[in-house]
Amino acid sequence: MTGVSVEFGLILSGILFALGLTGVLIRRNIIFILMSIEIMLNAAGLAFVVAGARWHQPDGQVMFIFILTMAAAEVSVGLALVLQFFRTFKTLDTDAAGRMRG
Amino acid sequence: MNTLLYISGCVAVVSTLMVITRTNAVHALLYLIVSLLSVALVFFLLGAPFVAALEVIIYAGAIMVLFIFVIMMLNAGAESARQERQWLSPAGWIGPACLCAVLLAELVYILSGSSVKMIDVSMVSPKQVGISLFGPYLIGVELASILLLSGLIGAYYLGRGAGQGKKKGGSGS
Repeated sequence: MTGVSVEFGLILSGILFALGLTGVLIRRNIIFILMSIEIMLNAAGLAFVVAGARWHQPDGQVMFIFILTMAAAEVSVGLALVLQFFRTFKTLDTDAAGRMRG
Repeated sequence: MNTLLYISGCVAVVSTLMVITRTNAVHALLYLIVSLLSVALVFFLLGAPFVAALEVIIYAGAIMVLFIFVIMMLNAGAESARQERQWLSPAGWIGPACLCAVLLAELVYILSGSSVKMIDVSMVSPKQVGISLFGPYLIGVELASILLLSGLIGAYYLGRGAGQGKKKGGSGS
C-alpha cells in the first residue's frame, strides 16, 4: 500500500474544526450550535485517529472511543436542555437567554 | 488508495460547509450525516475499521436520531427557516468567518512547515484496541461509564421537568 502523509489527516481535521468553530460563532439557532459542537468533537477525534495510525498504536482509537462517549453524553443532556429552553422561551434564539432568571 | 482518501476528505469538507450554512435544520442534519459517513471512510482508509464502524453506528446512527427526534418535537417549519435566513446576514457572519479562516491558515502553515512524514497504512485490529482499552485504559472505561450514567440521569431529570412544565404553566419560577 502507498503511504499517506500525516499532514493530510491533520489539515483535514483542522479544516473541519475551523468549520465547526465558525458554525458556533455565526449561528443563533441553538440546534445548529449543538451540531457545530458535534463537528468539532468529530474533528478532534479524527486528529487522534490519524496520530494513532501514524505510530501503529491503538491509543488513538481508544481516545476516539472516549470522545464518542463524551459526545453521546453531551448531546443527550444538551438536547434535553434545548427542549427545556424551547418550553421556557418559545424560541430557539440563544439571545433570548441573555439574561439570568429570564 | 490516496485518491479515495482525498475524495472522501473533500466530501467531508464540502458537506460540513453545507451544514453550517443551511437554514433548514433537517437539511443541515442530512449534510451532517454525509460528513460523518465520509469521515468514517477516512478512518477506514487509514486502517481503523473498528472506529469507522463506531462512527457510523453511534454518530451517524444514534446521535443523529436524537437530533431528528428533537427537531421533530420542536416542530420547526418554514417560518423558522425564514427566520434563520434573516439571522444569517453577511454582516453577521463575515467577521467570525474571516477570523476562523486566519486561524486555520496559521494552523495549515504550521503543519505544512514540518518535514513530511508518511503513514504506511497498516490495520490496527479491533483486538488490539480492546486489549488496550481494558488494559492500560481501564480507569478511563470506568470514568466513561460514570459519565454515561450521569448523562442518563441528567437527561432524564431535564426531560421529566420539561414534561411537568405544562402543568405548572408559565409561573415564571
